Amino acid sequence: MNPPDCRYSREHEWVRLEPGGTAQVGITDFAQQELGDVVFLTLPQAGETLAQFHKFGEIESVKAVSDLYAPISGEVVEVNSGVAEHPELVNQEPYVRGWLLRIRVTDKNELDNLLSANDYEALVALKGQH
Amino acid sequence: MAQTDGDLRRTPLYEAHKALGARMMPFAGWEMPVQYTSIIAEHRAVRSRAGLFDVSHLGRIRIEGPQAEPLLQRVLTVDVSRMAPGKARYSMLCREDGGILDDPVLYRLEADRFILVCNAISTRKVLDWLGTWNKSYGATLTDVTQETGALAFQGPRAAGHLAVLCTSTLNEMPPFTCVPARVAGLQGLVARTGYTGEDGFEIYLHVPGPLALWQVLMQHGMVPCGLGARDTLRLEAGFLLYGQDMDETVNPFEAGLERFVHLEKREFVGREALLVARDRPPERRMVGLVLVGPGVARSGYPILHQGWPVGRVTSGTYAPTLDVSIALGYVPPAVSSPGTRLEIDIRGRTAEAEVVSRPFYRREKFLPP
Repeated sequence: MNPPDCRYSREHEWVRLEPGGTAQVGITDFAQQELGDVVFLTLPQAGETLAQFHKFGEIESVKAVSDLYAPISGEVVEVNSGVAEHPELVNQEPYVRGWLLRIRVTDKNELDNLLSANDYEALVALKGQH
Repeated sequence: MAQTDGDLRRTPLYEAHKALGARMMPFAGWEMPVQYTSIIAEHRAVRSRAGLFDVSHLGRIRIEGPQAEPLLQRVLTVDVSRMAPGKARYSMLCREDGGILDDPVLYRLEADRFILVCNAISTRKVLDWLGTWNKSYGATLTDVTQETGALAFQGPRAAGHLAVLCTSTLNEMPPFTCVPARVAGLQGLVARTGYTGEDGFEIYLHVPGPLALWQVLMQHGMVPCGLGARDTLRLEAGFLLYGQDMDETVNPFEAGLERFVHLEKREFVGREALLVARDRPPERRMVGLVLVGPGVARSGYPILHQGWPVGRVTSGTYAPTLDVSIALGYVPPAVSSPGTRLEIDIRGRTAEAEVVSRPFYRREKFLPP
């Protein structure tokens, strides 16, 4: 189940608003299952800016490599050092210890461009059918 | 080559894979399990304990009769006459120009009875090739792929687990030998061979034996492993994959497989060309590469030397046992010595890599008590 306090992109990233205008960003449970064992991440550094729906990094699993797209615009304020050392956290806890970035959100209205947990689940269910 | 699911063949274990929740994938015309839980977890199970693979997609060809040895002696690069019954040997079939047609394992069951196990992607081709040459020999060739199945049971604990179920004294079997045996009451051929770099066995059984043995081993708590782990395990062990690391455009000297070419053998297909290849410096050599930094080198990525393209990666992966990324690829001999610094173009980013001697991983001969 995808947490209801997150918003979701069609590219399978999630964003969770925090008090104080920051947000956590990660990849969804569906995405980590599709990728399989995550072994490397290429992430921006603190201070860099992300633009909604633009590429911000890469995630490598044993079998595949995938681009990461920003679910929302903002400035990176923190990179999760835990996933750099233990990429398997993305597989084990994609919504908790497997978060990737903390960003200062530029415009909260961009959340309207994203899916609710229910809508995202419907999207993923559709993908699972074929 | 688009291939719809309807065209894919299924092994006798297909339903068992589905029941275990395996992720299935087309591979060489077969619908095969890639992973059950996690490639890394399955990989580690084989390195540390034991893992069970369905390898029924491999082609199995029975070759019988007094003409069996002469035929095989003609088409294989190894000296079949030096194989006693009960021996297994890695070998190659080459074209007249020395290009590799396939790299099967030959099992000699009796003086005039052999099983040739080839890559799934090559089975049809090998059958046609054998059939053509057999017109001058007249051995009995039978494709037994459909009526049989094969399990690979690999890892340091495999022998101990199998011994409990087996009539033969498996611990005394040397590597690259085979013996007819009853396993869990099922008659089959047990071979101490594999493709993982660990001790282990490949067991060939008539249908429905493969499913029955699979179920027995699963009841014993064995870890099912998919083609994903099979690939990372074989790469760590430095084994080439036919169709990916070499094909008909590559000769055994370029691929680094010359020790499986017995040129002293009087006559075999490709020998003339291979004698020339031996005495001429090759244009390219297969090398093992270890990435210095993060990233995964994948098939097709350019290999550079001081910024200049010199070759391409044929296989690459993150190596779970070594915790580095490793790759195979062809480069000119001048930059193929271990220690040479090369670069790999990972989607526009240049990653440092070093040529190393293979295998990347070598198992310890003896288990700690």
